[in-house]
Amino acid sequence: MTEVATDMTLPFAPVEETGAASYLDEGHTIMSWLATTDHKRIAILYAVSITIFFFIGGAAIALVRLELIEPHGWFLTSDAYNRLFTLHGIIMVWFFLVPSIPATMGNFLLPLMIGARDVAFPRLNLLSWYLYVIGAAFTVYVVIAGGVDTGWTFYPPLSSNYANGQVVAAAAGVFVVGFSSIATGVNFIVTTHMLRAPGMTWFRLPLFCWSMYTVSLVMVLATPVLAMSLLLIVAERAFGLPVFDAAHGGDPVLFQHIFWFYSHPAVYIMILPAMGVVSEIFACFARRQVFGYAFMVYALLAIAVIGFMVWGHHMFVAGQSQLANLVFSFLSFMVAVPSAIKVFNWIATMYRGQIGFEAPMLYALGFLGLFTIGGLTGLFLASVPIDVATTDSYFVVAHFHTIMVGGTVSAFMAGIHYWWPKVTGRLYHEFFAQFAAITMFLGFNVTFLPQFVMGWQGMPRRYHTYPEVFQVWHVISSLGAGILVVAYTLPLIYLGWSLFRGERASDNPWHATGLEWQTPSPPPKENFHHVPVIDAEPYMYHETGHPREPGEPTPVREQGE
Amino acid sequence: MSLAEWTTAASDYAERIDNIFWLLCTVSGLILLLVMALVITFVIRYRRGSQVERGELPPSLKHEVEIGWTAATLFLFLFIFWWAASAELAALSPPRNALEIHVVAKQWMWRFQHPGGAREIDTLHVPADTAVRLAMTSEDVIHDLYLPALRLKQDILPDRYTYLSFTATKPGTYYLTCAEFCGTDHSRMGGKFVVLSPAEYARWTAAQPEGDDLAHQGEALFRTLGCSGCHTPGSSVHAPDLRGVYGRLVHLSDGRTVTADEAYLRDSILLPNKDVVAGFSPIMPSFKGVATEADLVKLIAYLKSLSASASRQGAPP
Repeated sequence: MTEVATDMTLPFAPVEETGAASYLDEGHTIMSWLATTDHKRIAILYAVSITIFFFIGGAAIALVRLELIEPHGWFLTSDAYNRLFTLHGIIMVWFFLVPSIPATMGNFLLPLMIGARDVAFPRLNLLSWYLYVIGAAFTVYVVIAGGVDTGWTFYPPLSSNYANGQVVAAAAGVFVVGFSSIATGVNFIVTTHMLRAPGMTWFRLPLFCWSMYTVSLVMVLATPVLAMSLLLIVAERAFGLPVFDAAHGGDPVLFQHIFWFYSHPAVYIMILPAMGVVSEIFACFARRQVFGYAFMVYALLAIAVIGFMVWGHHMFVAGQSQLANLVFSFLSFMVAVPSAIKVFNWIATMYRGQIGFEAPMLYALGFLGLFTIGGLTGLFLASVPIDVATTDSYFVVAHFHTIMVGGTVSAFMAGIHYWWPKVTGRLYHEFFAQFAAITMFLGFNVTFLPQFVMGWQGMPRRYHTYPEVFQVWHVISSLGAGILVVAYTLPLIYLGWSLFRGERASDNPWHATGLEWQTPSPPPKENFHHVPVIDAEPYMYHETGHPREPGEPTPVREQGE
Repeated sequence: MSLAEWTTAASDYAERIDNIFWLLCTVSGLILLLVMALVITFVIRYRRGSQVERGELPPSLKHEVEIGWTAATLFLFLFIFWWAASAELAALSPPRNALEIHVVAKQWMWRFQHPGGAREIDTLHVPADTAVRLAMTSEDVIHDLYLPALRLKQDILPDRYTYLSFTATKPGTYYLTCAEFCGTDHSRMGGKFVVLSPAEYARWTAAQPEGDDLAHQGEALFRTLGCSGCHTPGSSVHAPDLRGVYGRLVHLSDGRTVTADEAYLRDSILLPNKDVVAGFSPIMPSFKGVATEADLVKLIAYLKSLSASASRQGAPP
């Protein structure tokens, strides 16, 4: 309250006293959360849910990495092992990575960043969370009922006719949670089109908003295809409809086409929001405008569009024609161009900056490193003959974990720390956060760099037992996973502490330029009492950025255009 | 087991792939170094409060830099694509008169059938310096034959044929394994891949107990399963003559024209009503459950041998 009162000079701060100071004070009952339509509270509901599933999925893979220390296994049966990595994949992809940034930060920040009071369809927003919970309930049922062992990819005929696990329930969970994605996507598209504040033109949108907009397009267009493929699997397994059964004239490869038509864009569903988050952070912590803002926007759009045309690179050895292989290979190289441009632009953003090393920036730098390693190894896999040699090996496992997990989780953590004062109104412990950020980057590389090596040497993925020659790499990798356990649980502790005991945050502790920082921390229920009017481009750090410390001379001699 | 069983490049193709791999490692290593050097330089030089010159870039420079690295990235990626693709294309043209070995995968074992009649489980012997073509199918789920020493793998589909062609050059014992997740014992579905010199391979084949070659075994099956009752010239039942059918264009009763490859022959035995030859009635019973995968391999080998002898005698193709 006192913070709000002293910072009334902010341009868009509420000027009238209301009954409740912030969205957090609008009721303290369980129902005030479960029946809320406030985008900020729904974001918190999502954050709690996906955190729970992140740790379930993480526990599954911790057991897997522990088991892999021994070449012949030591405490799991092969069936248990197969069920654990399947569970890890299903939970991490659909119950953590896909909703991670859009459903939490997107929900919380998109309306704030464009100067709106809420998303376009607040009740649809709440429904999307309930859909997530229903899908999650199916998945919890799968775990209790004995698991599923098809791999997260559900390839028939293994999934349709041979696997013994709870395939139908698992597919139903993913099917339902897909509609949660679609609801969020529809909401964000309409919100961005209809609810921008006066003066907030398309090319004044922060890049995070652009990333939410493009990711929403992908979610709305791709997710129905996933629903389709899963329905067909259920139809074949439960009702004997032989869609993918070649003995009855069906086609098992058809499933892979449909599945990857969703699941490749799904990779961009995970990484586009991450790009949006780090764009905000690089600008703020380098005190610079994002270099090549327009190019960054076009790159997001290009990735979203070309991302739909590269699914075949998952199937170079599946029996598709060589011509198709070459076309998909070519398009995969093309989709890497805008990603590379973004990396150069983030680096150029730091040029002549005033760089600070708080935790969000360290996480963002970690993102840059992992994204670059993951992206470069993507070039290997886009080359057909290299992919033929390395697909279904640990090389692929290392590649996609580095880029889509390392990238997305780094950006997720960066965003959590960056917007933590805004969301909770409290400060986190900077030193612990910096320590966790560095630990995560190191842990990630110790875990996955050995997997690149053994993958190229021939270690196939999804193997419970393996030849002794690969043991040394597996042990190092498991050691890295141990480091990651520390890096992931540490934030849980110091952020949990901050939630109740943390120092109160000011409204704009980073001296950032975004609209979300021009309102109190935590924001009032309606975000802004007066509709803000925007008359400048985003990231005007040279002109409007405050010096970081009082008394520090402003480094920018020439002011921006 | 030694690492060399996995990593030795046992063919010219594998050596070419290794070269591409190391070139890619070099290029990506350089890019990674560039990125790291830039990041570290900027992060140190432009750390908060350091006394260095900071000012605006001229807008024109911004634009040129952006276009410059876009073009550079595009051309670099196009070059890598072209280089990798040309290596792939060169390996594409399937060798003529390749030694054809049939592969049947099932949960969780491999069965290999050599044209000379030899059969083996979980171990594949091939002659060096000889073009080999594997014709592969699965009895249950999707598997994937992975030959690390050749840098090759290919998915194997149920009720479909997929192929893998190679010419191994370096005799030795290597590893073969399944690379597509196929259920409980996926990780135990491995074995030996043995490259022998051609003379040793000939000796090995001759020493195998199954004396008769595949085509002759197929001919025997052709009689015992009753195929010959109809598919013989002069038979009272109206059925297509199968001499020289393999590789020929076949006109179907629904107007389509297909090439009689392994997949067509297999479908015609198991799903006789799928592709009915023009001018014939769909009266053939399905042999699904009667002919095993191993039988199918033999029958198809027999039908192919009919084609080979027919073309030698100058019969119409």
